[in-house]
Amino acid sequence: MKTSRRDWLKRSATISLSWTALQSGSALAQTMESGYLKAFDDMVRPITQGATLLQQDVTLDAPMLADNGSLVPLAVRVNNPMTPQNHVTHLYLLSQRNPVTQMALFQMGPWNGRAEIQTRVRLAGTQAVVALARLSNGEFRYGQADIIITESACVDAS
Amino acid sequence: MNLARISWPERIAAGEVVKVRLLVQHPMDTGYLQDLLGKMVPRNVIRLITCKLGTREVFRVEPSSGIAANPLFEFFVRATETADMHVEWVDDRGIRGDFKQTMTVISSSTT
Repeated sequence: MKTSRRDWLKRSATISLSWTALQSGSALAQTMESGYLKAFDDMVRPITQGATLLQQDVTLDAPMLADNGSLVPLAVRVNNPMTPQNHVTHLYLLSQRNPVTQMALFQMGPWNGRAEIQTRVRLAGTQAVVALARLSNGEFRYGQADIIITESACVDAS
Repeated sequence: MNLARISWPERIAAGEVVKVRLLVQHPMDTGYLQDLLGKMVPRNVIRLITCKLGTREVFRVEPSSGIAANPLFEFFVRATETADMHVEWVDDRGIRGDFKQTMTVISSSTT
């Protein structure tokens, strides 16, 4: 039997479609938890648990574009007098896309004199980074920064 | 060998708020990467670092795999008198490290 052009087109279409389906299936199987961006509420809610949360007083200094996600310098500054009556008790660094959302937890107190921390973090791709500060009166303040990453930290060097 | 390095300004007057830089040598393996032979490297990150200045704990951080290898932390502390800065840390394998350095403070009467 001679295959008509129409038949051939149909068949090739089905084959290519099923091929893409197979491909996407295996891709899904490999996807890490870091593949999607976490919603802000999902990141912050487990920590604040309904306490007052305001976007003020926290400055997050980060490069706009970082070439290598394995080492991104971050500077967090909380505008706070750091007195025994009013100080920052905890500082959280949260990542939207990393497999582990909480990158670091700092404990601070009036003995620090200034609520400022600098460190270097790993980031799995372009995302927003949130710095969340817990004040001594139980309220929360946060600041965020968008960072573009050209090379994720979650890839192999080999 | 010292795995930690800590530094602060050379001259510190009593009551001054000084910036302290702390560097710890540690691979901070995330547990998501493979080595050159394709074997997964198990997670090994520092779980806790504490800094004690004299008897007071002035800095405490709980890092995760989100902190870069050879973690560097910069923080501030109010120096009141000459005291030992004692850094201690523990990682996932339970290996502990510590480091001690004396912070010399010039009393404000002599300056």
